[in-house]
Amino acid sequence: MEKFYTLFFVAGIGCFVVAIVLSMVFPFMTLNDYQGMGYQTLEDLAAVPSDEFVELSTTFPEAFAEHYGEVSPTSYAEALRLGRDLYVGQACWHCHSQYVRVVSNEEQRFGPVSTAQEYQNALNKPHLWGTRRVGPDLSREHGKRTNDWHIAHLINPKNVVPGTVMPSYSFYFEEDGTPKKKGFALVTYLQWLGTTAVEDPQ
Amino acid sequence: MNATAKNEPLVDYGLIKWHLGAAGVALAISMIAGFEYSLQFLGFFPHAGSEIASPGHFRLIHTNFAAYGWLVNGFTAMLYYVVPRLTGFQVWSKKIGWLIFGAWQFILVAALTGYLFDKAQAIEWGETPTGFRPGSFDLNWIPVDALIVVGAVLLISQFMVPLFKARHQKYYVTLWYLTAGLVWLALTYLMGNIVPEWVLPGASGAAVTGLFIHDLVGLYVTPMGWGLMYFFVPLILQKPIWSHSLSVIGFWALAFFYPLGGVHHFLISPIPDYVEFGAITTTIAIEVVVTTVVVNFFMTLRGKWGALRTNMSIRWFYAGAMMYMLTCFQCAFQVTWMFQKIIHFTDWVVGHAHMIMFGTFTFWMIGVIDWLWPRIVRREWYSNGLRSWHFWLSTAGIVIMFTDLTISGLIAGFMQRELNTWTEIVQASVPFWWVRTVSGGMLLTGLFCGLYNMLMTARKGAPYVEANHLVAVEAE
Ligand code: HEC
Ligand code: HEM
Repeated sequence: MEKFYTLFFVAGIGCFVVAIVLSMVFPFMTLNDYQGMGYQTLEDLAAVPSDEFVELSTTFPEAFAEHYGEVSPTSYAEALRLGRDLYVGQACWHCHSQYVRVVSNEEQRFGPVSTAQEYQNALNKPHLWGTRRVGPDLSREHGKRTNDWHIAHLINPKNVVPGTVMPSYSFYFEEDGTPKKKGFALVTYLQWLGTTAVEDPQ
Repeated sequence: MNATAKNEPLVDYGLIKWHLGAAGVALAISMIAGFEYSLQFLGFFPHAGSEIASPGHFRLIHTNFAAYGWLVNGFTAMLYYVVPRLTGFQVWSKKIGWLIFGAWQFILVAALTGYLFDKAQAIEWGETPTGFRPGSFDLNWIPVDALIVVGAVLLISQFMVPLFKARHQKYYVTLWYLTAGLVWLALTYLMGNIVPEWVLPGASGAAVTGLFIHDLVGLYVTPMGWGLMYFFVPLILQKPIWSHSLSVIGFWALAFFYPLGGVHHFLISPIPDYVEFGAITTTIAIEVVVTTVVVNFFMTLRGKWGALRTNMSIRWFYAGAMMYMLTCFQCAFQVTWMFQKIIHFTDWVVGHAHMIMFGTFTFWMIGVIDWLWPRIVRREWYSNGLRSWHFWLSTAGIVIMFTDLTISGLIAGFMQRELNTWTEIVQASVPFWWVRTVSGGMLLTGLFCGLYNMLMTARKGAPYVEANHLVAVEAE
């Protein structure tokens, strides 16, 4: 029992594999049986640019044209991708969660409870569920606020919500509030959150 | 035990010294970053408005330097001391040792700069930059993930060589932990960084990232920590561990139960319920296992309680063990849905994380360093006063921080359920965040006492007196 091989193979590899089967392969198999678990690529998600993205292009025509050109599935995909990268890189996900639980009245506070189906896409690979809520959950952010609100809030959260502790992200915007490339991306991404939510979970 | 063929010393102190030095620097970086991040919660983040040195980036640096800078460097140093002694064989190669040392510090710098330029990866505790987008292979940063795997494999080979050479001997329980722990390190890192990023999206991926966070703590940090305690406690106390069978039970139970609890980081989530129930049950089971280990440690101390007063390392070890017991006791409760619905997402969990990572594993490592450092630099401790300050500031700081964050978490959790507005919740937490920052300042002051003392010992400490450091003398 106390030999190198036992420890190496049975404890080291064996136990690890058992855990992988039970807490990775099994949940994967179960989840795969659900309806609507087809995987959406970034192109699928960006096929129809959102109203908010279009609105950004009309509110800030010059800046938008400079950074993204026309409104198109390609430019929308680019903005979503960059927005997510910033959300990850700036560790927004360490202050904001992205799933709504069935408990603690979260349904009333944030919106419909999360389902496995809504995370089957390229912008949730890896998922951004998070483990800490210094700020509110953002998985139902789509359409909750206007673009202008987000821009003002990102430039200086304290101007919009006086008691907040969210950092200022003014460096993504010009002096007059016009977004830079990254500013457009972040707002586009925030406005996308929750658009994949499914009405009727299995 | 077997003598080594060559005339070289069994243990190479140079590598130990440098790894410990790097570990100390990394801990300082991590804690300064954590301290600055805590200032954000009070509205005093020092360089607010900087895109590069932003609060979010400092949080990434905080947790990652604690794990990869402090813990990995520190444990590696200690393995260089322990493994050759227990097996009777040298590590694989000194040259490889320096290569690993250099490569690892390079990895840390590459990760740190990566975080500053938004290159983090969305895997908690594994945010180390991938370096390219999966599927494309256009490099946008140094591929730190891949380097870590190479580094880990080298590290494992370094120690597997003596472990393998000693395969015909009976292994002491420390070696059980180290053998298995090293295998787990590589497997965990590979799984956690590849699967959710390349293969499984969404909820299935979440099961894997949960497993990753958990395995990194449970299958690397924990076995290393326990293994070191099983080595140093009996050594310093000069008496065998109370029960060998209990230590063996502890080992197999850890190996089997611990990794099964991974999903408990995402409870009440879209992950299937039966997987969550499995994780909850095994998590509660693991607390029973932890109790056996803690009982073993305390029974070993029986009859030698005086060592708590006279021996600094023993004091660190047992203060750490006390906090270990407390955290694990807490864990058995907080893993249930009843607690989860209130305390998940709140400061409660942050309190828990600091209690285990600082209060236990960091305490244990500092205890080992306290014992090793004079032997490495061949000088007596520069100041006993600073050693005491380090201990008491750390102990008081972590106890205050833990209590504070636990209460804060409960309040915030209930306020979330009662549908208070978010600003009210934030405002209710601010006083607790003040206490957190102050207690963090105590930890930081303690750390500086310790680091300064280490530095001055190396430079100005009184000449080493062998007689002071015979283990039998230390024990009483
Ligand atoms: C230090 C923690 C922290 C970080 C980091 C952080 N936030 Fe926040 N966030 C908060 C807090 C607290 C609130 C609630 C008060 C408010 O609205 O400002 C909030 C609110 C928000 C809201 C408003 C939600 C709503 O509809 O009420 C959005 C959107 C948001 N954050 C986006 C972001 C983005 C994007 C990032 C990263 C670039 C980010 N946050 C980083 C703490 C944080
Ligand atoms: C100066 C002392 C320290 C201060 C002020 C401090 C502060 C912080 C802060 C503000 C956070 C973020 C909490 C949040 O998201 O709400 C954090 C997280 C964390 N810290 Fe520290 N920290 C300190 C020391 C340490 C040490 C020494 C370690 C480990 C060795 C550590 C490990 C962690 C971990 C693992 C987390 C993640 C917690 C989670 O996500 O639940 N910290 N710390």
